[in-house]
Amino acid sequence: MTELAEAIRVEGLEKSYKELEVLRGVDFDVPRGSIFALLGPNGAGKTTIVKILATLLKADAGTANVNGFDVATQAADARRSISLTGQFAAVDEILTGRENLELVARLRRLEDPAGIADDLLDRFSLTDAGGRRAATYSGGMRRRLDIAMSLIGDPPVIFLDEPTTGLDPQARKEVWKAVKELAEHGTTVLLTTQNLDEAEQLADRIAILREGRIVVDGTLAELKRLLPPAKVEYVEKQPTLEDVFFDLVGKAE
Amino acid sequence: MTKEFLDNTGVLLGRSLRHILRSPDTIITTAIMPIGFLLLFVYVFGGAIKAGSGSYVDYLLPGILLITIASGISYTAFRLFLDMKGGIFERFQSMPIARSSVLWAHVLTSLVANLVSVAVVVLVALLIGFRSAAGPAAWLAVAGILFLFTLTMTWIAVIPGLTAKSADGASAFSYPIIFLPFISSAFVPTESMPGAVRAFAENQPVTSIVNATRDLLAGQPVGSDIWTALGWCVGILVLAYYLAMVTYRRRIA
Repeated sequence: MTELAEAIRVEGLEKSYKELEVLRGVDFDVPRGSIFALLGPNGAGKTTIVKILATLLKADAGTANVNGFDVATQAADARRSISLTGQFAAVDEILTGRENLELVARLRRLEDPAGIADDLLDRFSLTDAGGRRAATYSGGMRRRLDIAMSLIGDPPVIFLDEPTTGLDPQARKEVWKAVKELAEHGTTVLLTTQNLDEAEQLADRIAILREGRIVVDGTLAELKRLLPPAKVEYVEKQPTLEDVFFDLVGKAE
Repeated sequence: MTKEFLDNTGVLLGRSLRHILRSPDTIITTAIMPIGFLLLFVYVFGGAIKAGSGSYVDYLLPGILLITIASGISYTAFRLFLDMKGGIFERFQSMPIARSSVLWAHVLTSLVANLVSVAVVVLVALLIGFRSAAGPAAWLAVAGILFLFTLTMTWIAVIPGLTAKSADGASAFSYPIIFLPFISSAFVPTESMPGAVRAFAENQPVTSIVNATRDLLAGQPVGSDIWTALGWCVGILVLAYYLAMVTYRRRIA
């Protein structure tokens, strides 16, 4: 495997569902070890891009490379380089948290599935819940389990498709913390979100997808420069609803 | 590749079997309706039905076993549908595993679950007076026919399991199959039926399978029925497998 600067490289990606053109030529690169956010409204094509990169869908035109492997022609190699956390927490509800982790470790044919499960339960603060069925978990716990399952086997690239949709603010902060830690460990993260705050908090680079095309792509500072420079205004500083919420409910760790 | 496939299939089979162990009600519900039919026909309608010289329960059992399998495979479709809907199917398909093992694990689970249901129904039949004159070879032949029938039905069930939009839709396909034995030689001899119905009954797959199984269980020589039965099963199996694979490839791109 050649050492490439880009963990993900997407060029001229097109995809239609029958008459509906979802992607109309998408290009972007994601440098190794960075967090890249794809931002866009519902139906902009974010999930379609993730599914193509995860080898679950075939593009009509264009190329996509993950970790140097073409997802269309070297799908098996590409799958060895990635992990997908889809839009709905894909955990097995009938199994316990621990069994879910061990299942993925066994499928990846790793040694010591029990030890891997122990580690991840601890890392995602799920040790106490590890013996309970995933059906009994809260939304935030389920998401954390989902992300923990994606980390097994240390894939260099992780796709997170709207990881915090439907979570309460506290659970969202827990997920953000987990994502930041991932990038600190050198994992490349491609994140899709509709939440502007989330992109701002997490991403090194942000691309905005609109009607099947990337309309801007850059760092937060670069994106901010697209608008007229900041004006100085004097505004009374009110606590935000979020400040109030966390004051009352207690801070997430 | 082959070793990987076997290994992955084994792990996923273990997962599905654990599901069944944790909700054994699916096997019990599968067996309840056929047992209900068995009791109803033996104790209520049976007295008025003239079917051969032996006891009616001996006459009836083969058809009841086919109904058991037909209702059992609706759970095969249901289990597959849940995996599709929950996103765990996509998780497995984006992992570096032998992809087809996901489908094969469901197929093997279906065989095991139906074996248990069939055993339960046979046990109830023994309790209410079913007796067989069949030797070991004939029993083996019966087991072989039922196994082939289950495999055929299972591959039919895979299609709605992959394509259904709702849980009801995933299992509704089995109703016509459950009722097919009623218009066959399973409950009454076809000679008693009016022309067109009789023609249908004598030329549909269930009649030949029922007749062959009944002769084997009675220790009678089987005529050409067994070859017709095998022909139907293998023919439908090949067709269902082909259609299921086409559907599967369409779903995973």
